[in-house]
Amino acid sequence: MRAESLEFSAAARANLKKPALQQSLARIPIKFVRGRTDAAAAFGDFEALRDAGQAIRDAVLANLGHWLTEFERAAEARGVTVHWARDADEACRIVAEIARAGGVRTAVKSKSMVTEEIGLNAALGAAGVEVVETDLGEYVIQLANERPSHIVAPIIHKNRDEVADLFEAHHARDRQDPAWRDDIAGLCREAREVLRPKFLQADMGISGANFLIAETGSAMIVTNEGNGRLCTTLPRIHVAITGIEKVVPTLDDAATLLRLLTRSATGQPISNYVSLLTGPRDMGAAEGPEAMHVVLLDNGRAELLADEKLRPMLRCIRCGACMNHCPVYQSIGGHPYGWVYPGPMGSVLTPHFLGLEAAPDLPNAATLCGQCEVACPVKIPLPDMLRTLRERQVEAQIKGWRERMAYRIWGWLALRPRLYRPMARVGAWLLNIVADDGQLSWLPGGWTTGRTFPAPAGETFQQRVARQRAQADWEAR
Amino acid sequence: MNSRDAILSKFPPLSGVGRAPVVSPLPRPLGVGDLAAEFTARAAALQSTVERVAALDDVPTAIAAYLARLGLAPQLVCWPGLAALPWSNAGLNAVARPAEDRDLVGVTQCFAAIAETGTLMMCSGRDTPAVTSLLPETHIAVVPIERLVGTLEAGFAALRRELGQPPRAVNLVSGPSRTGDIEQTITLGAHGPYRMHILLIDGAAAGTGGAL
Repeated sequence: MRAESLEFSAAARANLKKPALQQSLARIPIKFVRGRTDAAAAFGDFEALRDAGQAIRDAVLANLGHWLTEFERAAEARGVTVHWARDADEACRIVAEIARAGGVRTAVKSKSMVTEEIGLNAALGAAGVEVVETDLGEYVIQLANERPSHIVAPIIHKNRDEVADLFEAHHARDRQDPAWRDDIAGLCREAREVLRPKFLQADMGISGANFLIAETGSAMIVTNEGNGRLCTTLPRIHVAITGIEKVVPTLDDAATLLRLLTRSATGQPISNYVSLLTGPRDMGAAEGPEAMHVVLLDNGRAELLADEKLRPMLRCIRCGACMNHCPVYQSIGGHPYGWVYPGPMGSVLTPHFLGLEAAPDLPNAATLCGQCEVACPVKIPLPDMLRTLRERQVEAQIKGWRERMAYRIWGWLALRPRLYRPMARVGAWLLNIVADDGQLSWLPGGWTTGRTFPAPAGETFQQRVARQRAQADWEAR
Repeated sequence: MNSRDAILSKFPPLSGVGRAPVVSPLPRPLGVGDLAAEFTARAAALQSTVERVAALDDVPTAIAAYLARLGLAPQLVCWPGLAALPWSNAGLNAVARPAEDRDLVGVTQCFAAIAETGTLMMCSGRDTPAVTSLLPETHIAVVPIERLVGTLEAGFAALRRELGQPPRAVNLVSGPSRTGDIEQTITLGAHGPYRMHILLIDGAAAGTGGAL
């Protein structure tokens, strides 16, 4: 998928000036943050649940190869065809080949970020397969030819009016009452009516998988709308595509993670539909796919596993809590992050998947306030990882020339104490003179556009140490 | 090297094969009252309606009253396990077959009901088609009280104990289908049922409850 992560700054600036978007983003703290807080409180010992979730994910990652082959064995025993894909191209080729061999002309798709990651819709389109997104948000995204701006709520950046515009342009309907545009339930019903025939006609259903269960060889899919059930029940072929990190040992492990996932994502104690799918149709049954495929995607995940510092990112269960709680995401939305995964988790994943130089701003697009780590259901140390990426940017020399020059000058000075000390004294003195009430209201670089910066205390660190030492010596005498 | 071996070869060496360390006791949500009370409260919180019924034979009357209250036609499709109920005595036209797109009311049993979240555990099978709880706008489920379990894990344990392995699809259903995609406004009836009614059967002789 085309990445626009290089244009982060410009896109972020532009988004700050869009009133409709800002209005939409203002719902995040009210709906998602409050929802998660309330759900965690109602649960009881949510901290213990987070610890348990982290323990399960870490244990899986410590033996990922083992659990994947266990899953493969159990799934194959139930008639599932398991495919392994090294990268996005291979995954797309596998699905296109399944479609070709099965004579598939239309496919319905349940929401899946991994299919966004590999650009599956375009690949299947090129192979002559019409793919229809069926999650309401993803369907709107498809009509708008955009990318999702949130991994759980894809159209959080749009309001009902924008959805109505798209429906008006794409659905031929008799619209008598002008109030239809304002009626959210009516818009939902319209999408239901347009999409139901697509489910009934589709040859193939495509889904992600929130968890793969090694114990039973099952794919677990968590949805609210019911489109995930329709996609995996009605078409004659079901393909589930997911990352290799999504495996868990047992159904009970999935239960623990499920409790964390839905509470962290939307504040629900459970999603409406949690489907455990194990193989093609039951003996003698009149429903269910004739064939079930699971595609296990690497696409850089194995490298993440080998990376000591970034490895905890693979614990991620894709709940979106980190972006919901991020003051930067709350201000600019998901699109400026420029690729599939926005917010703090995206600021770690995008530089890893696309390369540090493809997303130079992302590791810096965080205040390191720590809210993402506090909200993360599996305790991923996101701020530490962003710091690590910043260090790697410096090592790889991909910082802007201004920043590099500034550090070079500072480094040169710091190695020359005879020069550094008097300059620091003069600098602190000067800043104190221009300060107003101990606060600076103008500094180069934009820091002071919306806030002040405290002026130096008047005494440099070296001076203070010297003074305190002298005082201690005097008192000791 | 094929892709499978190429991917597996990239992993760091195994740090000892074993299952996840169990954090003991596993954290569970705070309970409320007995199983039936907890199930009823949790299901209601997710917009299901729950009605207590004395015996299985009272189901048709209860359903007829429910449909009449909502102004829905007295017509339904049901799982074969319920075909023998006295439907016509209650003025209902019931057909035992898997639901189709045009069917408006689907009546099912369930494998188990989970008090923790007010969830129905539905197992697919020849006589327990998943479409019946999915395609119609109204889903009504018949749940014998002895099929109530406390937690998700207890539901999975029943699955292992009674069926050995999960069938093609185990659907955990918690209330009517919903979406919050437009302006984070919760709207019921996204792609599945608009409403979900649960009949909790008190009588001990309520049968297998659809436990295949």
